[in-house]
Amino acid sequence: MIKEVVSVGLAVDECLRVKKNVLQPERLSGDEKRICIVTGTHGDELEGQYVCYELNRMIQEHKENLKGIVEIYPALNPLGVDSISRGIPMFDLDMNRIFPGDEKGAVAEHVAARIIEDIAGADLCIDIHASNIFLREIPQARINVNTARQLLPFARRLNLDFVWIHAAATVLESTLAHSLNSIQVPTVVVEMGVGMRITEEFCHQLTDGIFCVMKDLGVWDGEVAKPKTPIISQDGEVGFVNAEAPGIFVPCVEHWRNVQKGQRIGRILNSLDGTVEQEVCAPIHGMLFTLREYPVVSCGSLIARVLGGDFE
Amino acid sequence: MKKECIYTLKKQYRDDLNIYGYRFGQGEKAACIVGSIRGNEVQQLYICSQLVKSLKRLEENGAIVGRNEVMVIPSVNHSSMNISKRFWATDNTDINRMFPGYDAGETTQRIAAGLFDAIQGYQYGIQFPSFYLPGDFVPHVRMMETGFQSHALANQFGMPYVVIRKPKPIDTTTLNYNWQIWNTNAFSLYTSATDRIDRDSARQAVACVLRFLTQMGILRYTSHSGYLASVIREEELFNIKTGVSGIYQRYANPGEEIHQGQILASVIDPLEGEELARVLSPTDGIIFFAHSAPLVMEGTIVFKIIERLHE
Repeated sequence: MIKEVVSVGLAVDECLRVKKNVLQPERLSGDEKRICIVTGTHGDELEGQYVCYELNRMIQEHKENLKGIVEIYPALNPLGVDSISRGIPMFDLDMNRIFPGDEKGAVAEHVAARIIEDIAGADLCIDIHASNIFLREIPQARINVNTARQLLPFARRLNLDFVWIHAAATVLESTLAHSLNSIQVPTVVVEMGVGMRITEEFCHQLTDGIFCVMKDLGVWDGEVAKPKTPIISQDGEVGFVNAEAPGIFVPCVEHWRNVQKGQRIGRILNSLDGTVEQEVCAPIHGMLFTLREYPVVSCGSLIARVLGGDFE
Repeated sequence: MKKECIYTLKKQYRDDLNIYGYRFGQGEKAACIVGSIRGNEVQQLYICSQLVKSLKRLEENGAIVGRNEVMVIPSVNHSSMNISKRFWATDNTDINRMFPGYDAGETTQRIAAGLFDAIQGYQYGIQFPSFYLPGDFVPHVRMMETGFQSHALANQFGMPYVVIRKPKPIDTTTLNYNWQIWNTNAFSLYTSATDRIDRDSARQAVACVLRFLTQMGILRYTSHSGYLASVIREEELFNIKTGVSGIYQRYANPGEEIHQGQILASVIDPLEGEELARVLSPTDGIIFFAHSAPLVMEGTIVFKIIERLHE
């Protein structure tokens, strides 16, 4: 059943509408668990669109296995998705920096408040992101260290390759995930793939993981895949590689592969004079879990992240 | 006056971004003024250019007091300004959400770090930023409530209003907030415009900065003593929203005294031209902020009112 979460009139004959699809058993006992799948906060992150489609399709094909309530919100920022805009068009602030919103505030803050109000009370929320157009990410959960104890049991079961437990930062207190975790809705942020693209393999992987968690919660009783055991990392074991010169980055290693400390992972090239501006090398021994996708780099552009250690 | 490049970002497809600082006087780091950080802050750029011009003449006339140094940085992000973008040209990030910066981090973190390093240690920091909602303001001084802010100092600008903002998490990465945390008395000055030049409010802003520097004993300059500011807490401003969307017509401007029931604006059906709604003032007061775009969405904040204040 398609429902409207919030609607705001636009200037000429149109409304901004955030919608969700509520999937539930024919008969409700009142004790059903509720899980929310949200995505599209950043309009240029599309991996979650395919996950939402697959969840919808697979649940509806075997509705008899649905024992709880699944709510699918494909586009929290529908104007952004439509206009290929990361943020909310005509609004300065990143939508994922204005939660929990404010009913008395600007339009975007009002929309944020209504989204929080709608999700409140859920037993689990999965917030799907897709990096941005610049970087490719392996399927991973990102968890604030302060919520790790509560969220790790869910994150382990999502069929992801990696769980990154990162340090808390004041500025992240205005994310959707932080706001929902603060009102006792366990919310796991998933990052995978690259902006403006759909990586089918990753989407299927996460969809399988969501079914595992649904089964754990008693929302689904059909067959599910055995989830992968993710690598779990604390912040300190991650090495960052940034461009030290502008130019064109061309990688020479594959994403999600082991690299040795000092090993070349790519070069930054000067297309005007044919020189190599920088040999880009791994800062530590480990696994390349983030790799630059967009070739043009400025000084400081993130090229890669390496998870320290030995991995198969 | 000494012009120096305080930070350079090398580029391959365009000229390098060079951020310039203009130093006046020598000695103690007394005051630093930062202009445009976003690419559409043309008014802020203009104000700082006028400040450089004024301070150059004042310095030549021996008006800098004792061993005081004043630095003005008119423009931080002309890479974006030159191509009409508000945020960083390549990744659309906002330099004013990157402070204190990180010199080994991403591009805008590095720019923020380079700028922040150059403007450390000044006793007073003055920034000309712009607001996240598009519209027109009454000229005012804005401060973050960090526990280090001083209303009394803000009053020395002689602007009509001083606004205290309780910082939200997103504010903790702005220049104003970090300057205060790193022991600089930081003030943000807002005039009536951003992406156009309003000469009157720019002239007022230049006068306010020169007045402040005089009051702080940094400059020898005779000027009108300015306003004794009304101090307002941002959360006490009364927001008026539109209930409908359409073409917006405003009848009242920032700084005007208004009365309960007064018609402030109307919204017109964008296809049929009929008036859909009138925006009435629910209170007496002074208009602090007014929406300026010709269209409105439902629920847009079109006015912020200082309640029960008279001219």
